[in-house]
Amino acid sequence: MRRFRSRSGRVGLVGFVFILLVAVTAPLLAPHDPQEQAIVYRLRPPAWMTQGSSEFVLGTDQLGRDTLSRLIYGARISLLVGGAAVLGAGVVGVLLGLIAGYFGGRIDYAISTLINAAWSFPFILLALIIVAVLGSSVTNLIIALIATSWASFARIVRGEVISLRDREYIDAARALGAPVVLIIAKHILPNVLSSILVMASIEFARAILRESFLSFLGLGVPPSVPSWGGMLSEGRSYIFSHWWLVTLPGIAIFVTSLSINLLGDGLRDAFDPRLRR
Amino acid sequence: MTSYISGRLGQALLIALIISLVTFLLLFVAKDPARALASPEATAEEIAALRRGLGLDQPLYVQYGRWLAGVVRGDFGVSLYSRQPVTALLPARIRASAQLAGSAIFLVTIIGIPLGILAAVYRGTIIDTVVTALAVAGQAMPIFWLGLMLVIVFSVQLGWLPVSGRGTWQHVVLPAVTLGYSVLPLTMRLTRSSMLEVLAQDYIRTAHAKGLQRRRVYLKHALRNSATPIILALGLQFGALLGGAVVTETVFAYPGIGELAVIAVTTADLPVVQAIVLFAASVVIVANLLADVLAAVVDPRVRY
Repeated sequence: MRRFRSRSGRVGLVGFVFILLVAVTAPLLAPHDPQEQAIVYRLRPPAWMTQGSSEFVLGTDQLGRDTLSRLIYGARISLLVGGAAVLGAGVVGVLLGLIAGYFGGRIDYAISTLINAAWSFPFILLALIIVAVLGSSVTNLIIALIATSWASFARIVRGEVISLRDREYIDAARALGAPVVLIIAKHILPNVLSSILVMASIEFARAILRESFLSFLGLGVPPSVPSWGGMLSEGRSYIFSHWWLVTLPGIAIFVTSLSINLLGDGLRDAFDPRLRR
Repeated sequence: MTSYISGRLGQALLIALIISLVTFLLLFVAKDPARALASPEATAEEIAALRRGLGLDQPLYVQYGRWLAGVVRGDFGVSLYSRQPVTALLPARIRASAQLAGSAIFLVTIIGIPLGILAAVYRGTIIDTVVTALAVAGQAMPIFWLGLMLVIVFSVQLGWLPVSGRGTWQHVVLPAVTLGYSVLPLTMRLTRSSMLEVLAQDYIRTAHAKGLQRRRVYLKHALRNSATPIILALGLQFGALLGGAVVTETVFAYPGIGELAVIAVTTADLPVVQAIVLFAASVVIVANLLADVLAAVVDPRVRY
């Protein structure tokens, strides 16, 4: 890859690596067990406020659980769900996009119709329906997110493959009798890889935002698992008296999705300097 | 041209059919509205009778066919919960959502487009940096969280605006700002890049050379020529706006179609969910179709 020049891209990379490290080393970093309840310590404010204590740097929630520890563990859910969703959506979308773009004709019409159907289905309704039907669990959440984002990959890959499939070097490979799978894997896929990577970063950030909203509605991960969306949802009842309970998880979501977006912009610039503007 | 439009129209109908079928299958397979509706101590016979009464004992294709036949006649069935016809339930909700979406689009137009123009005209200056930063931050912002933050500041701390509900114009302000912010970044970015493209054209240099006022060059010569791609791309944002409405209306308990959708999905109110999904998808499909047709009229290459 070309040098990673853009400053904002590097900021994004640093931010993303930091959050990744926090997620991986959560058991070492968290000062308390994120599930441990201590009613005597409930609704403590952060340390810098009066009545705050250094034992709970970011305060505690309505069950006396340590906010900082829950934020740290929440990074795991966000990255795990977002990452798995992007991986799944990427595999499904890229495969369908390659097939539609390469073969064209009726196959393309069928897949394009599916892509357009997925684009016309308001994602949040589709995700709501899937989670409501399957029940709320981490796996079902990932399935719902895959269902709402595969079409982005399929659409962009299809478009690129169409512009590539009639190039001379593809014709040459065909004339030499190369099997279709080999042509796609060796001559087409490498040329669309950069677009896929950029799309993956956009969809990764989106998946994290969507996961947090579904968890906020109570349709995401089970309440016992610490997640940023879930923390927002629980903190909402205390919005009048304990504003930090909804403020802090939101900042975590914002910073994570911002880092990934900046990283994606940096990748795009590195891959295709023409797009820089 | 006619065959292109009719082809796209055919695909649009097919898409609407696929979406309604997927929704129907998903909700039919997993949820049993009869069990949810019956009282907790209802016997198996009572639930079975309820199911017969609702027509839920019929095979899947009969139910779907009956629903589809109703839709063609403008009959979307009866809500399983409120027992009201869906067609009576929706209009007020749609009006509320349209008012919210209209206010949001108005805000985006008077804020997003001028900011995009400023960023393009003053490219590379602090103004450009601030607008770009605003757009980047906006894309990463969970808008339901933004809504909650606005409530904390303007309702709880300052006491200027109501926390939730609908009635006066004050009720629309915070939801409209929240929903507007969900499409603001794209509007600013698009306006900026589209203006930059036009500003590099020869006729703009000519206009400057003629000694025209800068304002006139930017607003009359440049903005008009960059308007088409902006409008087209905004047409494609209807899906995002509808999704944003679900989020926004839930946070502010705003009685629009998005809030109804969340309630209907969580209570498995199949006829209501079906109607909302079909309505939302139709809005998106029509918007996309109009954008496509308009693009084909403007640029003949699109048809291939």
